[in-house]
Amino acid sequence: MFKSNIRDDAGSGAGEVSRHSTLKYPFRLNFYEKPPLGDVTIEEFELFAIDRLRVLGEIESSWARNRPSEEVRKVVGDQCAKYVPLSNNTAKTVELDEQRRKDHIGHFVLRLAFCRSEELRRRFVKAETALFRVRYDADDTLERQQFLKSMKFDWSGITHEEGIALQDQLNTLIGAPEENTDFSGFLKVKWTRIPDLVEKRKVVLKGGWAFVPATEQSALVFHEFQTTLECALEATSKALPRLDEDTRIIPLLNNLSQGFLSGASFDWGSSTATTAGGVTADMIDEMARKHFPFCMRYQHEELRKRKHLPHFSRLEYGLFLKVLGLPIEEALIFWRKSFSKITDDKFNKEYKYNIRHSFGLEGKRANYPAKTCMQIIMERGQKDMECHGCPFATFASENLQTALMSMYNVGSQDMGEILHLVKGQHYHVACTRVWEISHGVKKGAGLDGESVTHPNLYAAKSREFEKARTKQESGEDVVMAEG
Amino acid sequence: MTIHDDGLSPEAMLAFYQRLYPFKSIFHWLNHEPAPTRLFVNREFAFTLQGDVYLRYNSFANADELKKQICTLNPTRFEIGPVYSARPRDKRTVRPTAFKPLQRELVFDIDMTDYDSVRRCCSEANICSRCWVFIAAAVKVLDRSIRGQFGYNHLLWVYSGRRGIHLWVSDQEAMELNDEERKAVANYLTVVGGGKEKKKKVNVRQGSKPLPPGIGEFINLLQDIFPPLILQDQDCFAGEVGAEELLALLPANAQIEPLRKKWTADPDRSSEEKWDDVRNQVKINGKKTAPGKLLLAAMEDIVLQYTWPRIDAEVSKHRNHLLKAPFCVHPKTGRVCVPVDPTRIDEFDPAEVPTVGQLLREIDEAMMINNEDDAEGTQHLPDWEKTSLKPYVALLDAHNKALMEETRRRKRGDKNTDTSTSKSLSYVVRHRLWPLLRWTIAYEEHVYAQVGDVRTHLVTAEGLLPLLLVSILFVPCFVPSLCFRRYIMH
Repeated sequence: MFKSNIRDDAGSGAGEVSRHSTLKYPFRLNFYEKPPLGDVTIEEFELFAIDRLRVLGEIESSWARNRPSEEVRKVVGDQCAKYVPLSNNTAKTVELDEQRRKDHIGHFVLRLAFCRSEELRRRFVKAETALFRVRYDADDTLERQQFLKSMKFDWSGITHEEGIALQDQLNTLIGAPEENTDFSGFLKVKWTRIPDLVEKRKVVLKGGWAFVPATEQSALVFHEFQTTLECALEATSKALPRLDEDTRIIPLLNNLSQGFLSGASFDWGSSTATTAGGVTADMIDEMARKHFPFCMRYQHEELRKRKHLPHFSRLEYGLFLKVLGLPIEEALIFWRKSFSKITDDKFNKEYKYNIRHSFGLEGKRANYPAKTCMQIIMERGQKDMECHGCPFATFASENLQTALMSMYNVGSQDMGEILHLVKGQHYHVACTRVWEISHGVKKGAGLDGESVTHPNLYAAKSREFEKARTKQESGEDVVMAEG
Repeated sequence: MTIHDDGLSPEAMLAFYQRLYPFKSIFHWLNHEPAPTRLFVNREFAFTLQGDVYLRYNSFANADELKKQICTLNPTRFEIGPVYSARPRDKRTVRPTAFKPLQRELVFDIDMTDYDSVRRCCSEANICSRCWVFIAAAVKVLDRSIRGQFGYNHLLWVYSGRRGIHLWVSDQEAMELNDEERKAVANYLTVVGGGKEKKKKVNVRQGSKPLPPGIGEFINLLQDIFPPLILQDQDCFAGEVGAEELLALLPANAQIEPLRKKWTADPDRSSEEKWDDVRNQVKINGKKTAPGKLLLAAMEDIVLQYTWPRIDAEVSKHRNHLLKAPFCVHPKTGRVCVPVDPTRIDEFDPAEVPTVGQLLREIDEAMMINNEDDAEGTQHLPDWEKTSLKPYVALLDAHNKALMEETRRRKRGDKNTDTSTSKSLSYVVRHRLWPLLRWTIAYEEHVYAQVGDVRTHLVTAEGLLPLLLVSILFVPCFVPSLCFRRYIMH
């Protein structure tokens, strides 16, 4: 009865309308088998993708923060409602088609952005499948059934003979009485389609076939979604070079995929615009104390102590300051003053070029983005004097405790938790926790619900937080700027 | 003949490779057909040379090239890795993304050291015929599980030369499993776990619910092996220590206090008697009551903990794990890693496996007899046919024959389009080509860019050319796709 939707039309777009409603997208869930047809404005193209990326980014950071699945569901649900809302068919007051179109287009744009490398494809598929899973679980039961019916999966049930042959095992599996012979709810598929169910021993295996009880069938749907998407992404990656475009779309896609790679902190990683600007060299000391993340604060203190910093620290810290809003003139003043033991001549010869270079004023004139947490964690100093890298990863436990206590007033109770996180290599989570502690917000609140993925995010959120608080204290109406 | 006295001198190894190692059989086994294919050419070989020098990413065009290189390098042993998407020897010249492991046998490694907590006869690297019974039990379960539950047929069991056994599964489907699927198999088959500090190492069910079907299938088999091996031979629960070990595995809420009292009073009770006491306690509790059921379940779990195969799961989980090749020589024992017949696993005795020194002596003897008789008939035979290696090579050759027969059958099947291939073709069309093409069309036709009021059409005359090319390329694929779509519409 739902024959006339999604699957069986030849690409004209006319067949999308199902008989029982006038909706272009009859279901809330979508397997994204058909590319969006019709006009897409360039603004929509970018906006829809970015909104979806926020949701996917949140999913990834949930994994990194090791949130329990219940909480992930809630957090992702909230993010979805904010950026890519999708309502059930029963919703009367919203433009269902418009919501679903946004979801549809966003997905396909991200496909284009994330199909290029194996790593990107893998992460995209994982995040998208998780998103689908959240939506599937939250869907209205009846609508979900209709949706599944419309998909016409090629799964076969089991025959009566097969059921009888495996009667004991099937009954043991579902905890039915021994004499039960009704196995109509079981499906028979190749075991490789549901490896996770096999691993948990939730199916009966026989000769390479898995007999899946009715209660576990959602796993099959997710697996189907995942494999369809994997294949489609590979196909897209092969088709991408043949895409005819007028130089507006490729840079956009590049931006999107770069954003995802640096832990969804695309606002920081790729944008060259700095926050607010107007930071001057003499403000750095105070800002370091109030707003800098551990890595940058440590390097700042080392700079003050040694009156010098090694090359990689200059690079890492210098780029951080640039994005923080320190203009080139101020940066030169800052570094000149900081390196108080060397002569003007030496500074101009050996350091000035590099500072100008990092601002894109020398050499190939590339405007380098500040390093993300991921990069900082991966690059750790090997030599004795080096102090770049993520201190959560590089510090010995005792040093970490002393440093956190003196810099961020971390109490002994929270210290245990942070050390535990560090031990499990969840460095961002530890850093996020420090933010929470030093700003006096409750555990799990994060940086307005986000976790630290970039030192500049840490600093910007901290400044925003302070601004909001001073406003509040002075009794004004506060409207927090949205991330 | 001084070189034969020390079986492991480099000279003996070289003689072994030159005269005895069955390169041809190994080639057939890895290649699945007579003419070299990607399965062999893109296969990684890793050599361990004298002095622990390790050479990875070697690959060879055929069996002769492999033999030549092995005779030149004279490694103490060599390992077999996966089939890559390019020749491993070209690894440095191809892009890293174009060099990925694609296929490899599904492998399992069972090592006697994992049984140290349950064996009393030996420990660590030592092995005797008594501990081999553990391996035999493991082989029986694993062999049946892989064949019966996973449906694979081409299983090669290989003695690892000292204290363990390897399993190589060469079915096409098994070769193509990805890492996630391998992990699933390994974890599915891992029942005993939890680390050294954990006493109860089997936790596969809740309370006294029945065992999951995949495990429950083997409980009868293992319950037969358990009494002679664990209770009589190894006598695992003897003495106070043994009693404590057993008590720790019984659920505290199953009224086991009488047992503790009884065993403390009589520390000389044998393992068998203690096991009978537990069984009696079940009767006393009543089989249908909750404590009775708990105790029964615990008894099954104990049987599993002592006899279920303890596989080294990490070996099985990744395609690119290297595993020692069959017929290599174990550097410590000098024994050859020979194939083992799983149906006669009980008769296998590791002490009877030929060593290099022994085999070389056998050749010499055969040559001496040969010279005396001057019988022409035996001269053209390969040297291994004259030694006790012969039955083992014959075992591998029989295995290869079945494997190659299946490859032939499959290839023939591919030519005549039977139902399975036409299905996979339609799958390819539906999932790969069709979305690709439609996306291209959709993109070309419908993406307009709006900037202010100016609307620019993206399609230009040059833009249509690649589209035309794509269509021409895919025309053959279109026909079945149309047929298929008609099929799903009705």
